[in-house]
Amino acid sequence: MINYHKYLNNNRFILFVVLVSVLLLPFATDALLGRGWVRIVDFAMLYIMLALGLNIVVGYAGLLDLGYIAFFAVGAYCYALTGSPHLAAAFPLLFPDGLHLSFWIVLPLAALLAGGFGVLLGFPTLRLRGDYLAIVTLGFGEIIRIFMNNLNAPINLTNGPQGISRIDPITVAGVSLNRTQEIFGIELPSVHLYFYLFLGFAALVVFVSHRLEKSRIGRAWMAIREDEIAASAMGINTRNLKLLAFAMGAMFGGVSGTLFAGFQGFVSPESFSLMESVMVLCMVVLGGMGNIYGVILGGLMLALLPEVLRHSVVPLQQAMFGKTIIDPESLRMLLFGTALIVVMLYRPAGLWPSRVRRRELATDETEQIV
Amino acid sequence: MEIFLQQIINGLVQGSVYALVALGYTMVYGILGLINFAHGEVVMVGAMLALSALTAMTGWGLSPLLALPLSLLLAMAGCMLLGYSIERIAYRPLRHAPRLAPLITAIGVSIVLQNLAMMIWGREYHAFPQLIANQPHHIAGAIINDMQIIIIIMALAIMAGLMVVVHRTRLGRAMRAVAENQHAAQLMGVDVNRVISITFMLGSALAAVAGLMVSANYGLAHYYMGFLLGLKAFTAAVLGGIGNLRGAMLGGLLLGLIESLGAGYIGDLTGGFMGSQYQDVFAFFVLIAVLVFRPSGLLGERLAERA
Repeated sequence: MINYHKYLNNNRFILFVVLVSVLLLPFATDALLGRGWVRIVDFAMLYIMLALGLNIVVGYAGLLDLGYIAFFAVGAYCYALTGSPHLAAAFPLLFPDGLHLSFWIVLPLAALLAGGFGVLLGFPTLRLRGDYLAIVTLGFGEIIRIFMNNLNAPINLTNGPQGISRIDPITVAGVSLNRTQEIFGIELPSVHLYFYLFLGFAALVVFVSHRLEKSRIGRAWMAIREDEIAASAMGINTRNLKLLAFAMGAMFGGVSGTLFAGFQGFVSPESFSLMESVMVLCMVVLGGMGNIYGVILGGLMLALLPEVLRHSVVPLQQAMFGKTIIDPESLRMLLFGTALIVVMLYRPAGLWPSRVRRRELATDETEQIV
Repeated sequence: MEIFLQQIINGLVQGSVYALVALGYTMVYGILGLINFAHGEVVMVGAMLALSALTAMTGWGLSPLLALPLSLLLAMAGCMLLGYSIERIAYRPLRHAPRLAPLITAIGVSIVLQNLAMMIWGREYHAFPQLIANQPHHIAGAIINDMQIIIIIMALAIMAGLMVVVHRTRLGRAMRAVAENQHAAQLMGVDVNRVISITFMLGSALAAVAGLMVSANYGLAHYYMGFLLGLKAFTAAVLGGIGNLRGAMLGGLLLGLIESLGAGYIGDLTGGFMGSQYQDVFAFFVLIAVLVFRPSGLLGERLAERA
């Protein structure tokens, strides 16, 4: 057992500094880089939540989910449908102005629905080899986009490729986060408010991940990851636990999705492409599978990367060749792909590895005896 | 009835392409127990290479009858090189690593290939040049054109050729030995690495042919075409029983038929609620159904986690 009190005492100062700097982050960003960057930081927080959710699946349980963004999409569309005037288009008699459910009602429902989809996908595949889960999730990520794109006829449910707009902003205790609020004389613009909301959720996700990691369930996941047969010989119900990991990751994805829909006020199928799934996976792999802090680092780095590229690659190319030869978007994906390969080849446990994971990935699997 | 026959023809054409791609998945799986995610992108690269070569050669005034086989050969050579490099770079160093590792490098390779292709060939659709007269033939009200006949015949010939290679030659025997037991094969003097490389190259050559066929059939090629095609071909391989060559062929043809019949009739079946834009979801539901009810596929052996 770790002695938490001693641990905290020694690190209290560092903890305090980290906490204060995180709390001041939106103000510092606003002052130094401008309001637009606060929005980018908000998105980075969302990505960190997503990456932490995927970390449960890939990092703890060792299952490869290549369509993770689909669960994010499920959550986002849940709130988009129930928290906007859009349902009026599909059912004008039933909901003349659309259904405007509160965000806090939709949140648990969306989490459950996303988790349900996770079970639905995991059930047929998890008793088979991990490869099947990977390919089925890959397919699911694409299929759900086909449905979102086409469910606008004959009943206009998703509004097709145009997406759903005018989604209600999130309100906390009756206070809309979409408007600048004043607390104790400090002016808090909308992006700052959302930052603190996301920070709260991210902290919750970190807390849950941390507790899970140390729990009986978390240890069982890691045992399955390291040797499934040995784990099941030890009396672990591998199928149910894998299913639990998968469903739990999906729920986190769903929660992040509802936050995304409320924050953005607009969702369209375009936001949920395969590339997004790959990006989240890249965050987990690059940061360090199974290590919460590594994943946070990975999430932060990769969420900010596109902005950095946009501000560096384009001017650089303009200066050198007078035109943009490689657009930052495809360069980013190229970098992600390369990172996945290079990290797995040379540093399989990631930039900031978890101790267990490093040990496991460093040693060759014992010669297989057939 | 005409519609039914027409959908059967379309399904067979599409299915023979799936079968060729599925063979690539299944050969690699049979030998390494690994799903080569990047295979779909190899098909795409094959199609793009063939198309570029074809456009260039006809531009030089070469007769289409000469340009077509030449560009096909070029694309096959390019894809073989690509398949070989993928195995060397992304899979071989990880052969004894935990299974998650090669899966992640595989998705990395496909992302890299996709984006490289986008940089080289751009985001736009490339039209396949109209080279041969492409006569339509009428059979009992349905139409089949020359290109489709060529595709079916070529696919069947290639599959027959592959069966001969695998079951009648020294190389084929080595491949089967490695698939059966790598260590034992090595002890018997089989160069395992060489056999694995050749398997990847063979699969990639088939992928190049399939790529050319797809773009000739639809008249289009695109940097993103490999993704869905790969997913469907993988489904075909699983449907037939992954690791089994005959299974891949059967699965490919069946999936092609299911897809085209499904797309043709889904409108009537759902009372107009869903239309042919849902064509791409059939493969996915077939995949799920196979995994639930018969994960070993139609012709496959037991597939559950082996010790």
